[in-house]
Amino acid sequence: MSLQVELEQHRNVLVVRLRGELDHHTADIVRFKMEDAILRGRVEHVVLSLKDLQFMDSSGLGVILGRYKLIKSRGGKMVVCDVHSGVKRLFELSGLFKIISFYETERSALAGLEVVS
Amino acid sequence: MSTGNFMKLSFASRSENEAFARVAVAAFVTQMDPTLELLNDIKTVVSEAVTNSIIHGYENKPDGVVLLEAEIDGDTVTITVADEGRGIEDIDLARQPLYTSRPELERSGMGFTIIENFMDELDVSSEPGKGTRLRMKKRIESKKALFN
Repeated sequence: MSLQVELEQHRNVLVVRLRGELDHHTADIVRFKMEDAILRGRVEHVVLSLKDLQFMDSSGLGVILGRYKLIKSRGGKMVVCDVHSGVKRLFELSGLFKIISFYETERSALAGLEVVS
Repeated sequence: MSTGNFMKLSFASRSENEAFARVAVAAFVTQMDPTLELLNDIKTVVSEAVTNSIIHGYENKPDGVVLLEAEIDGDTVTITVADEGRGIEDIDLARQPLYTSRPELERSGMGFTIIENFMDELDVSSEPGKGTRLRMKKRIESKKALFN
């Protein structure tokens, strides 16, 4: 049971794909990898792709909210795509659904960001 | 204690055991033939409760012991997560949505809210310096019941 973080950059957009289980134990990996890529690279916006995220709890919400605030403070946008129903319920419960834009697919998320960038 | 089926586990307060704890309870509850969605809810609440014990009860120190119990009584499962950590001073405050005593750790403050939403009953007892015990109950609607 672990978590893999895959990073891919499309111009000024960082695509982050999470595979596995995001909890308190694995949250640090996401925090460090994303922070590193955002602060080093020329990243303005982030697409968080959760197609292969099998499990998430409130520790996951915390780390996602933290990165959302970082991107927002730098004038960028963070969007989320491909969310499973279990993970979606947590986003709804926490109110994150109201502040973060959600897309069906990575492609539509990227297309959505092209409009703002 | 009723005569229902039960299981008991105790494990070290290490974050790598969070996944172990939720998978163990899910495997135990599988005999009740729950839907996948319900099973995911159970895993989520166990994860929340165990994470609370590790982060707040034992303040991330790995030498504490977390106790995990599950008991099946008819169509209801009762899950207990207990620690002998620092305890909660104000339980009502801790249960407030978005409240966290450790904002510096990037906590969402949603743990108790998620448990309350996903389970039918939540009972929290705690004593500062002694520890905390969460008792959570859920009626399991089996897949068979849904199909028949």
